[in-house]
Amino acid sequence: MKSFNPRAIGLALLGPAIAIVASVLVTTLVIAAVGSSPGDFWSTMFDFPKPRSRVDIINQTAMIYTAAVAAAIGFRMGLFNIGLEGQYTLASYAAAAFAGGAYLSGFANVFVSLLIAIAVGAAWSAIAGILKTTRGVSEVISTIMLNSIAITLVGYLLNKYGVHEGNTVHTTRIDLVSGWTPFENRDGEIWTLVIIAILAGVGFWVLLNKTRFGFDLRASGQSETVAKASGVNPHRMIITAMALSGGVAGLIWMPALFGKATNFGLGTTFQAGLGFLGIAVALLGRNRPIGMLFGALLFAYLSVKSNDLTFATDVSPSIVQITQGVAVLAVVVAYEVVRRWRARLEQRVVSQELGTATEATA
Amino acid sequence: MTQESVAVELRGIGKRFPGVIANHDVDLTIRAGTVHALIGENGAGKSTLMKILYGVQKPDDGTISINGREVALRTPTDAIANGVGMVFQHFMLADNLTVLENMVLGAEKLHGIGDRARAEIRRISDAFGFGLQPDVLVEKLGVADRQRLEIAKVLYRGARIIILDEPTAVLVPQEVDALFANLRELRNAGNAVLFISHKLDEVLDIADDITVMRRGTTVGTADPRTTTKRELAELMVGSELPSPETEESTVTDTVQLTLADVTLADEFGRNLLTDVSLSIRRGEILGIAGVEGNGQAELVETIMGMRIPGAGRIHLGTEDVTHWHTRKLREAGIGYIPEDRHRHGLLLDAPLWENRILGHQTQAPNAKGPWINRSGARKDTQRIVTEYDVRAPGIDTPARALSGGNQQKLIVGREMSGDPVLLIASHPTRGVDVGAQAAIWDHIKRARRAGLAVLLISADLDELIGLSDTIQVILRGRLVGTFDPASVTPQDLGAAMTGGEAA
Ligand SMILES: Nc1ncnc2c1ncn2[C@@H]1O[C@H](COP(=O)(O)OP(=O)(O)OP(=O)(O)O)[C@@H](O)[C@H]1O
Ligand SMILES: [Mg+2]
Repeated sequence: MKSFNPRAIGLALLGPAIAIVASVLVTTLVIAAVGSSPGDFWSTMFDFPKPRSRVDIINQTAMIYTAAVAAAIGFRMGLFNIGLEGQYTLASYAAAAFAGGAYLSGFANVFVSLLIAIAVGAAWSAIAGILKTTRGVSEVISTIMLNSIAITLVGYLLNKYGVHEGNTVHTTRIDLVSGWTPFENRDGEIWTLVIIAILAGVGFWVLLNKTRFGFDLRASGQSETVAKASGVNPHRMIITAMALSGGVAGLIWMPALFGKATNFGLGTTFQAGLGFLGIAVALLGRNRPIGMLFGALLFAYLSVKSNDLTFATDVSPSIVQITQGVAVLAVVVAYEVVRRWRARLEQRVVSQELGTATEATA
Repeated sequence: MTQESVAVELRGIGKRFPGVIANHDVDLTIRAGTVHALIGENGAGKSTLMKILYGVQKPDDGTISINGREVALRTPTDAIANGVGMVFQHFMLADNLTVLENMVLGAEKLHGIGDRARAEIRRISDAFGFGLQPDVLVEKLGVADRQRLEIAKVLYRGARIIILDEPTAVLVPQEVDALFANLRELRNAGNAVLFISHKLDEVLDIADDITVMRRGTTVGTADPRTTTKRELAELMVGSELPSPETEESTVTDTVQLTLADVTLADEFGRNLLTDVSLSIRRGEILGIAGVEGNGQAELVETIMGMRIPGAGRIHLGTEDVTHWHTRKLREAGIGYIPEDRHRHGLLLDAPLWENRILGHQTQAPNAKGPWINRSGARKDTQRIVTEYDVRAPGIDTPARALSGGNQQKLIVGREMSGDPVLLIASHPTRGVDVGAQAAIWDHIKRARRAGLAVLLISADLDELIGLSDTIQVILRGRLVGTFDPASVTPQDLGAAMTGGEAA
C-alpha cells in the first residue's frame, strides 16, 4: 500500500526544516539587533568549509553523536540523564590517567583504556539510577549534582596526581593512534576512534529494535505499568539503562584523547560541553539513530565554522550557541505541529479515497 | 415517556480512519428524559459515534443538532458548553492527582478549586450515593470508584446529555442496580442518558429506546417493551445468543496453584489480603466473586509477582514461587489477562505484533536467545487475529486504533498462546460482544479440557457460574465462602459478596 512515498519522507523532514528556518531567522534578528551584518555572518557560515574544517567537522560530529546516543538511551525509557557531562569528564580522566600510566602497550593500552572509560561512566551514572530506585530521587536532580561532584573530583585528582607544567596540569602524555589523513598533513587527520560513534549508532539501533532488552526499554518508556505487568523489573531496568547511558557517555571524548590531545587537562586539552550538546542533538534527532546523525553533523558544522567568524566578521562565534539553542527549542514545537498536521492530512487523504470507493460500491 | 422533545439528533454521520470506515450514514434520535441504549458488535462504531457527539472526533459528514439547534462540536469544550458530557470506555483520570483535583481539572472556573468545589462534589456525591472522598489519590481507587468519579465529573460540569460507554462492564450486579437507579433519577430530572452495553439484559432493563449499529451504521431500532434478548442479538450480530455452560467436569487431582495464608499489606500497614488460601487443580476453573475493590486486583497482582506478600506461601505446581518476579512466573507458563487493558495489557502506540510480544518477551515465537524474533512474532500475531477474530486493518496497526472489544480479544488470544499451565483471567470477556464472548468461552473450555488451570475473576455472575468448577467469594481481602456453581444462584452470591448472610 503506502510505504515509502516521497510525501511521507517530505513530511518527516518538515519538522527539522521548520526548526532550522526558525533558528536562522532568530540568529539573523539577533545579529541585526546588535548592529552587525547578518549578510557577512551567513556568507561566512555558508562558505564551503576548507579541508581543515572538514576534518574537524567529522571529528566533532563523531563525539557529539556518541553523546547523543548516550542521551537517547535514557530518553527512550523516559529517563532524563543530564549527567552526561560529569560522566564523560570523570571517565575521560580515568582513561587518560590509565593510558598515561603505560601499564600496557600499543593496542592493548588503548583497548583497556576504553573499557575503563566505559566502566567509570557507567558506574557514575548508575549512582543516579540507584538513588532513584532506592530513595526516589529524580535522576534530573541527582545527575546535575553528580556533574558538579565529578568536575570537582577530577580537578582534585588531577592536581594531586597530574603532571604540573607551568601553571597547567594534565595527565601523563600518551602515544597517539594515527588516524587517516584525507587531505594534506597540515589539514589534520580523521581520528581512528571516530569509529566509536559508528559502533554506538549501529549498536543503539540494533539494541533498540532487535533485542529483548531494547523491547523492554521501549516498553518501559511507553508505560511503566504495562512494562511491569509484562515482566520488566522496573528497578533493574532503571539502573541498567542509566549505566548503559553512562557507559556510552564514557566514550564521548575518547577519539580526541587518542587522536590529538595526548593527555587530559581541564581547560586545556579536554573538550567540555559535549554532554550538553549530545542532549540537545538527541532532542533534535528525536532519539532516532539517523535523525541524531544529521543533528550531530549540523551542530558540529555550526561549531567548527563559527571559528571562521573571528577573522571574517565582527560577530562573536558564540552566536552559534543561540542558533543551536533555538534549533532545539523550535524542533520540539515543530515536531508537534507537524505531527498534528500530518494526522489531519492523512485522514483527509483516506477520507477521499474511501469516499470515492464507497460511492462506487453503493 | 415524559417528554417528546428531542435532545440530540444525528443525521448522516460519517467517519473514516486509515483503512476503516468507522461510521457511515448514521442516523440517531435521542429524546430528552429517556435512557437510550446503543448496541452493536465490537468495532461496529459505537464509541466512535459517541466521540463525535462529544467533540473528540470530527465527523467527515453529517450534522449534529442539540435541542433542535444545529451545532458544530469541535472540542469537548464545545460539547460541554452544549450540555453534553461523556464517560469513556477507558477512564481518563490523572492517576497521581486526587479526586478533587481530577474533578476541577479543566473546570476551575465553575466552582473554583477550593471549598466551593469541595462542597459541590459533596453535593453530587451525596445526591447519587457515589461515596467520593475528595482527597484520595485516584491511583488508589478501584475501577468502580473511578467510574463513579467519571460520572460525577460529567455532572459537575453541568451536563444534561450524558454519554456512558460500557459503564456496566466493570460493575457487579448490585452496583449495576445502583447505577441504574442513578440513571433513572437523571432521566426523571429531564436529562438524556445515552449508554452503550454488550449486556442485553441490562439494556432491556433500563432503556426506553434502543438503537442497533452494525458495520459502522445504524441498522434499526427496537422497543425494549416488546423485544427479546434473542431478537436483539440477532439484530446485532446476526447470530444466536450464547450462554456459558459447563460440560462434564475436567478437574484432575494434580494441584497447579496453591496459596497458603497469603497476607498482603499496603504501605500504611493495612491488610489488603488477609490469610487467603486457595488451590486450583489442573483442568479446574476457580471463580472469584466479589464487589470490585475487595482485593481481587491485589490477589491477582500477588500471584503475578507484581506484589510480594508479607506472609504466606504461593506454590506453582510443586515449586515455591512466593518471591518470584513476574517475568519468571510468566516463563513458567502463567497467562495473564489483566483487568485494565490500558494500564497493564497493551502498549497503545505500538503495533499489534509488538503487543503480541508484550509479556512474552522471552518466549517462543517472539524471541530467540537475547534477540526479538520479528518474523515469528508477526506470524503468530496473524494467527491470533484470525483465530480470535480481532478486527483490525493489519498487524502493523497501533493497538490504540482498535475498538475496545477487539483490544480485549487480542489480549485473550495472546495470553492463551503457548499452552499456559495456569491462566489468571480478570474479566476475560469485558467489553466484547455476545458473539466474541461465546468464542472466548469456547477457547477457555477447550484449554481446560487439555489441563489448563484457571483463576477466573468476573463481575459477570452468569459467566462466573457458567464457567467455574468452584466459586469463592472475596470480601474485604478475605475469602469468605465457597459455593458450588451447580446449585448457587446469583442472589446467594450477591448476598455473600456484600457481606450479608448466605442463604
Ligand atoms: N483512532 C482510531 N484510528 C483508527 N481506527 C480507529 C480509531 N478509533 C476507532 N477506529 C476503528 O473504527 C472502528 C469502530 O471502532 P469503535 O471503537 O467505534 O467500535 P465500538 O463499536 O465502540 O466497538 P467495541 O464494542 O469493541 O467497543 C473499528 O474498526 C476501529 O478499529
Ligand atoms: Mg467501544
